[in-house]
Amino acid sequence: MSAVADTHAQDHHHGPAKGITRWLLTTNHKDIGSMYLIFSFAMFLLGGSMAMVIRAELFQPGLQIVEPEFFNQMTTMHGLIMVFGAVMPAFVGLANWMLPLMVGAPDMALPRMNNWSFWLLPAAFLMLVSTLFMQGGAPNFGWTFYAPLSTTYGPPSTTFFIFAIHIMGVSSIMGAINVIATILNMRAPGMTLMKMPLFVWTWLITAFLLIAVMPVLAGVVTMMLMDINFGTSFFDAAGGGDPVLFQHVFWFFGHPEVYIMILPAFGVVSHIIPAFARKKLFGYASMVYAVGAIALLSFLVWAHHMFTVGIPIFGQLFFMYATMLIAVPTGVKVFNWVATMFRGSMTFEAPMLFSVAFVILFTIGGFSGLMLAIAPADFQYHDTYFVVAHFHYVLVPGAIFGIFAAAYYWLPKWTGTMYDETLAKTHFWLSFVGMNLAFFPMHFLGLAGMPRRIPDYALQFADFNMISSIGAFMFGVTQLLFLFIVVKCARGNGEKASAKPWEGAEGLEWTVPSPAPYHTFATPPEVK
Amino acid sequence: MHVHVKRAGALIAGTLLSAPALAAWTINMSPGATETSNQVFDLHMTILWICVAIGVVVFGVMFWSIFAHRKSKGHQPAHFHENTVVEILWTIIPFAILVIMAIPATATLVDMYDTTEAEVDIKVTGYQWRWRYEYLENPGTEGDPEFGFFSNLATSKDEIYNRMDKEEDYLLDVDNPMVVPVGKKVRLLLTANDVIHSWWVPEFAIKKDAIPGFINEVWFKVDEPGTYRGQCTELCGKDHGFMPVVVEAIPQDEYDQWVADQRETAEKERELTEKDWTLEELVERGERVYASSCAACHGDDGSGGGGFPSLRGTQIVTEDVDAHMDVVINGVSGTAMQAFGTQLSEADLAAVITYERNAWGNNTEEMVTPKEVFDYKNQ
Repeated sequence: MSAVADTHAQDHHHGPAKGITRWLLTTNHKDIGSMYLIFSFAMFLLGGSMAMVIRAELFQPGLQIVEPEFFNQMTTMHGLIMVFGAVMPAFVGLANWMLPLMVGAPDMALPRMNNWSFWLLPAAFLMLVSTLFMQGGAPNFGWTFYAPLSTTYGPPSTTFFIFAIHIMGVSSIMGAINVIATILNMRAPGMTLMKMPLFVWTWLITAFLLIAVMPVLAGVVTMMLMDINFGTSFFDAAGGGDPVLFQHVFWFFGHPEVYIMILPAFGVVSHIIPAFARKKLFGYASMVYAVGAIALLSFLVWAHHMFTVGIPIFGQLFFMYATMLIAVPTGVKVFNWVATMFRGSMTFEAPMLFSVAFVILFTIGGFSGLMLAIAPADFQYHDTYFVVAHFHYVLVPGAIFGIFAAAYYWLPKWTGTMYDETLAKTHFWLSFVGMNLAFFPMHFLGLAGMPRRIPDYALQFADFNMISSIGAFMFGVTQLLFLFIVVKCARGNGEKASAKPWEGAEGLEWTVPSPAPYHTFATPPEVK
Repeated sequence: MHVHVKRAGALIAGTLLSAPALAAWTINMSPGATETSNQVFDLHMTILWICVAIGVVVFGVMFWSIFAHRKSKGHQPAHFHENTVVEILWTIIPFAILVIMAIPATATLVDMYDTTEAEVDIKVTGYQWRWRYEYLENPGTEGDPEFGFFSNLATSKDEIYNRMDKEEDYLLDVDNPMVVPVGKKVRLLLTANDVIHSWWVPEFAIKKDAIPGFINEVWFKVDEPGTYRGQCTELCGKDHGFMPVVVEAIPQDEYDQWVADQRETAEKERELTEKDWTLEELVERGERVYASSCAACHGDDGSGGGGFPSLRGTQIVTEDVDAHMDVVINGVSGTAMQAFGTQLSEADLAAVITYERNAWGNNTEEMVTPKEVFDYKNQ
């Protein structure tokens, strides 16, 4: 690949506006990307501090710090904020920053809509978080908000929660439309679909998933809204409704949603591993097909979240087989990453450390996922800490390590300064140890029989809970170090970064100077 | 402040000291007490070892690369980036492993779904936050169930709030366990009264959701007499962590005696409706009913809180008796206030209403008799 950045053309553009209007009115993909990333990190700290409350209460048996009502609000808000406020916006932020740079486009295809889709988010989360201060408290029915606990028995703030979800959904759908429009229409001449960088591919597929399932989520919360405020009985058995219908609709959204949170991380890691192994990605085409296969299968497996609701045996078997099948394309991806590392020439800077940890720990999460797919065994795992361990293994070292890896990999491009490598490695090792200490014992707790979402537990679970809490505190505090590293780097405090600071990195983003100018690729580069 | 520090110190010391005594470093599932649970345990171990084996191979290659193929060791990168044969192989082999895994899983599942020819039928109803067990002699006929009872958490608030040492079965003990005979196929018919609950006994490998408006079926057959404990596993509100499941498996002859006793108790309960009650008797009985059925929401001292209304001097418990009976018997639709008319006996309803009208300074001196409740229900 070769490209020419026409620096002359950039001189005719204006720089950023001054003061607050730069951020309020901006249509620049880099500004909007930064705002998404900052917002998502703020939400990560907020959702994380709720996790600290949860782990503090679970430090030992008995009720010490919070009452069960508030504990349930914490688990619910932690889940909602992490999923919708931290992970999803972080990937949209990365998409905003990197997609135009990677496909050689001057900006996102729909810049004004881009501004709007970001600014909806603070509004939605302000509303969601404000429910904590309402009478009756915040939503307390888990991030999966099963009816009728969330409808007939929900707190009065549920209606605000529903509205917040609607706004987040609108924001996500607009973001997804923008991604698709940018990728399909604004690629540099010569960049065919099968020449696209994998981050672009994974985001393209993610965006289609978003458009497919966010309306389903909007549908299910609208039905809740009707049940709560307008006397319908979609989910109320006493009125002829069906509480299980809620779960079917929710998980039809919910399962693709988990791939929405992981596919872009697959893309990130597929750039970083080749860059630091100094060797081309193994099996590019099969990587693309595997992501496509995972995305398609994600629509056919939703009821594996519902093995205990009593679906007929043939449904049970279908969803078990379909779920097991997902292991095949996922396995292909893991094998490809390992084959890329095999006989490379590796160095282990922070992005690579996070990516290698991603491959190992995400695979462990995949293994427990495969175990959960076995329906009869799932009866033992379902709704225990084994499940909590499973999805934290795919989300923390999966999605979140993917985001950290991406942040370290592209920080020099964003800021023009190298981050502090020693601190970043410290951040990695503390996160790695803390995270494993927090989540690995949860496998044992689940297998020993501890249900999830309980504020207090029987005495035989005491030891591992204490270890888990210590690990969680360690992981939590470590993230402040990340904040420090990024701020230091953004203030230009460090070595100046060249246009391509990583020896083995490839792609159009490394052809523009560091920091990337406010406007890039006003004239499209040529991809050969 | 000083006292708090001391207390916290004692608490921490207590926890640390008691930890080795408990020696509860269990890291695996238990094989359980039934044939089904043993099958499930075997499935669990098979898939676990398959995962471990795959992990050893994949991570082995990876760690070897990490140690050997480093730039710092002067390793030069190779140039391969695809190999069709290898790629097809590592698609087909995992698929074959999955097929091998699916066969025993399917067989176990088919067996678990066979709920026919049960010898004992028990209807399990989930309530916020306790279980009700009703023994069905001839399911679906008039006069059935013959008897039934609620199963409440037996752990005291003092233990939960660390004012007392925790007992061995902390949070896993109930007042009335489900009793079943050993060696008989027991079928459970699960439903719920309010929100979704889930009934789980790990040693039976049975977990099934109890859903309002649905009846789910599961079965188990225990061979060893003993006490088997589990918990509710579907978030069902505030006290989700405080509704354990306890099953007592006893020999057939003891079970027959237990059933006879239960029938007798149920008969006595029915007679209580006819009895003449004094205010004191009703208040005394009502206090117990209140503690097990009402205190979870309205508080031990009737002060409510957390969105639940106070009953101290409130209009509903001090004024019109009929309105009070209506709320307790029929519940308040659209709120967490349940219809207790179907859950409690006439005697218990009368007692708890009388208690509420005379406790915590609500000294109305009014009493409601079981007979009045009966008439109210049938008017």
